[in-house]
Amino acid sequence: MKNKQNLVIVICLIFITFFILLLGLKKENNYLPQTTHFKIEDTLTLQSLYSDKKLFLNDLFLKDNFTLINIWASWCLPCKDEHPYLINLSKSFNLNIIGINYKDDNNNAKKFLLELGNPYKEVLIDRDGVKSIELGAIGVPETYLVNKEKKIIKKFIGPLNQNNFNEILNIVKK
Amino acid sequence: MRKIKFVVLFLIVFQALYTIALANENKINIDNISKNLRCLICQGQSIYDSQSEFALSMKKLIKNKISNGASEEEVYSFLKQKYGEWIVYDPEVNKNTILLWGIPLILFMFGGLLILRKVNIK
Repeated sequence: MKNKQNLVIVICLIFITFFILLLGLKKENNYLPQTTHFKIEDTLTLQSLYSDKKLFLNDLFLKDNFTLINIWASWCLPCKDEHPYLINLSKSFNLNIIGINYKDDNNNAKKFLLELGNPYKEVLIDRDGVKSIELGAIGVPETYLVNKEKKIIKKFIGPLNQNNFNEILNIVKK
Repeated sequence: MRKIKFVVLFLIVFQALYTIALANENKINIDNISKNLRCLICQGQSIYDSQSEFALSMKKLIKNKISNGASEEEVYSFLKQKYGEWIVYDPEVNKNTILLWGIPLILFMFGGLLILRKVNIK
């Protein structure tokens, strides 16, 4: 009788373990961007691509509207794919876009913008990638929507697509 | 004159040794911190193990923070604010991780009870 009871307990435990592991398999285990809004530090400075001056990133944000930060590089192919969306947001909707050029060569970066157009109000350079880490980036391309309070309210990891484009417009037009 | 020379030499040697000791301490600190951080683009590896661009930049950031006088805890909290709890291998006790911390304790107590019962029966 007791042996039977033990057998039932063991089988139940095996089933429970099996279902927990099965649920674990279905769970998304990849890193998802942090959704908590955080304010960008006032002390964050980056060098400008065109003027060589050190600029405070926060000074480039608009006080009465949204700003888009785009981290890009000339060697990054997906950056070329998303570039038309950035051009459109800048030209047609006059969105304030700040570009952060990630681990790139100055001449290559300038050539990239000359060929594909420059959607950025200001292009800043991040040669060692440390400044991008301070913004919470994991690579290129990444795009962040910043509100009037200088808080990142939306992160787009990877190249922008039509859905992201529409999402940005919906937030900005509100 | 000889005394002055001796003092100057002593100061130079002391300064050099102190700098080396400080650099070593910083290096150990950077290694310890980067071993406890998850590489977000090469999962399964720590920042310490990884040679990805992300990990290299992260190591540089940790080095800058430590050189500017930040403590280990300050570096972790800075990165947790940017990337969330997922970046550290050592998760905090909160409502999402309570099972993770609680289950081993429960199992330990359960095992202890089983042993006690066996001993008592004998």
